Amino acid sequence: MADLVQSTDNSHLPVAIIHRAPNFKFSSSWATDIFTPIEPSDPLYPTHRPSARVIIVMALTPLKSEHLDLYPSVECVIGTTAGVDHIDLAECRRRNIRVTSAGDAFSEDGADYAVGLLIDVLRRFSAADRYVRAGLWPVKGDYPLGSKLGGKRVGIIGLGSIGTLVAKRLEPFGCTIAYSSRNRKSQLPYVFYSNVLDLATNSDTLIVCCSLTDKTHHIINSDVLTALGNRGIIVNIGRGGLVDEKELVKFLVEGKLGGAGLDVYENEPEVPKELFTMDNVVLSPHRAILTPEAFEGVREVMVGNLKAFFSNKPLLSEVNLSD
Amino acid sequence: MEAIGVLMTYPTSTYLEQQLDKRFNLFRLWNVSQKTEFFKQNAGSIRAVVGNANIGADRELIDSLPALEIVSSYSVGLDKVDLGYCKEKGIRVTNTPDVLTEDVADLAIGLILATLRQICECDRYVRNGLWKKGDFKLTTKFSGKKVGIIGLGRIGTAIAKRAEAFNCPISYYSRSEKPGSKYKYFPSVVELASDCQILIVACPLTEETRHIINREVIDALGPKGFLINIGRGPHVDERELVSALVEGRIAGAGLDVFENEPHVPEELFGLDNVVLLPHVGSGTVETRNAMADLVIGNLEAYFNNKPLITPVV
Repeated sequence: MADLVQSTDNSHLPVAIIHRAPNFKFSSSWATDIFTPIEPSDPLYPTHRPSARVIIVMALTPLKSEHLDLYPSVECVIGTTAGVDHIDLAECRRRNIRVTSAGDAFSEDGADYAVGLLIDVLRRFSAADRYVRAGLWPVKGDYPLGSKLGGKRVGIIGLGSIGTLVAKRLEPFGCTIAYSSRNRKSQLPYVFYSNVLDLATNSDTLIVCCSLTDKTHHIINSDVLTALGNRGIIVNIGRGGLVDEKELVKFLVEGKLGGAGLDVYENEPEVPKELFTMDNVVLSPHRAILTPEAFEGVREVMVGNLKAFFSNKPLLSEVNLSD
Repeated sequence: MEAIGVLMTYPTSTYLEQQLDKRFNLFRLWNVSQKTEFFKQNAGSIRAVVGNANIGADRELIDSLPALEIVSSYSVGLDKVDLGYCKEKGIRVTNTPDVLTEDVADLAIGLILATLRQICECDRYVRNGLWKKGDFKLTTKFSGKKVGIIGLGRIGTAIAKRAEAFNCPISYYSRSEKPGSKYKYFPSVVELASDCQILIVACPLTEETRHIINREVIDALGPKGFLINIGRGPHVDERELVSALVEGRIAGAGLDVFENEPHVPEELFGLDNVVLLPHVGSGTVETRNAMADLVIGNLEAYFNNKPLITPVV
């Protein structure tokens, strides 16, 4: 269980507020020589609250205006996840507060998982594994054929650190890579489309890797699904809000979409029940980036950012708040 | 060519069956109830056998078909064809290499991801309504892990190429070292297994490679190691593998093939660190059609006195 109250006197170390949901288990044993963690339940909280310069946001605990109001001296918010849509970035910008994310710590695992989901959907791994475990192979014979990955046109939405790694992994499989992103990346050899609709028209698969903002909410809508076509596949490892989930389910139910690999949903942990009986859908409980190795990486990024902040050096993984 | 008798051994592909039926006098072995009677009636006209990974052309079948001239296998693996006997009797043999290389290599990488990241297990977790009760556990990262490949042929090389994109250091075991290969060579499977974390079987099944994955190799792979088998079931001492998995002596396994297909050891059904696939290595519409075309192409070439496309014997 969480054990935050330090019995030794660490008052010479700078303070960081720990912002977490009550049921989130947290241990700061890795940071006892870098900062003093303080949270609302701590007896020293009233002393440090007005002067604390740093807030560490654990997991996806929302950080809103009312929370920022409690910390008038905060200058930096340390995020610990890949996505930062749970942090009110506009408010941070208004208050001149800098924000960091987990940077690239999760990117490899995220990219690996996206590829894993895509292969699973195309080659029907989860469905076939179910088939074997149900004892159906000797009874019903060979499992129906899947679809080849090679030669498929893959469209990546968001060519950031995760999207770039997805592209790199899919190249040797013989996929053609194209993308849509806020900015064209001319140093990369992939075809750029300025909008997702054009990307969808020219793709067999869309892999959603971008961050969730006001601009990208429901970026996958019925027009995009129609353009993708009834053999099209959607893989989403971004955020549930990037996809119009009701439309997605409708398209799948009506056979107007080839399949989907989903790690995120609009209202987690709720997953539309219509999907539970489909063999062309793979459902994952928001695990794309969760490996012990990734957590090790996040810890390193957090420590790096904290050290940089407290010594007035450039932050490692600062989020650009100016979009 | 309709007079030429062709015996198809297994109902593996409707497309292949249709194509054979159009061109030849097709016999379907799976519909034969009285074998002796069947061979008495038809053996004289059967000049070709189309086999697959389930039923090929063993000595007994070859002896039943005195007019047999060519075996065209709907597979790349030829462990079910008595190659030595075919050579002795001057019977040509073809298989389907290259067209299925990519699908099988894709499957190997997919199996690694599905096994290490427990993707199928995650799907089960959601479908069983367990996510509402709590989060699924952490799983094992793939990128950067050491990959060891047994057999660096077409399929092994294609697997290596894919794994490299995940920043995996690649090593291999082969009958002999490949000159000029950028991957690290190990002269024995045990040494390969000791060094790597993910061991992949990608070699042909022969007398020498039967049970190439035995207790010693499994012990060398160890409790953090994963086994991926996309070769043939008999490559692995299945009983040893099952006990190692049940006892946690290796970390997990991704298996597309089994010693006694379609039977899969039921002890595996309850494990969350295995992925069990019903021999789908080349199982895509695109590849199976290409394989069928290659079988037909080889037969047509043979009966038109043209060079075989993909001869083995």
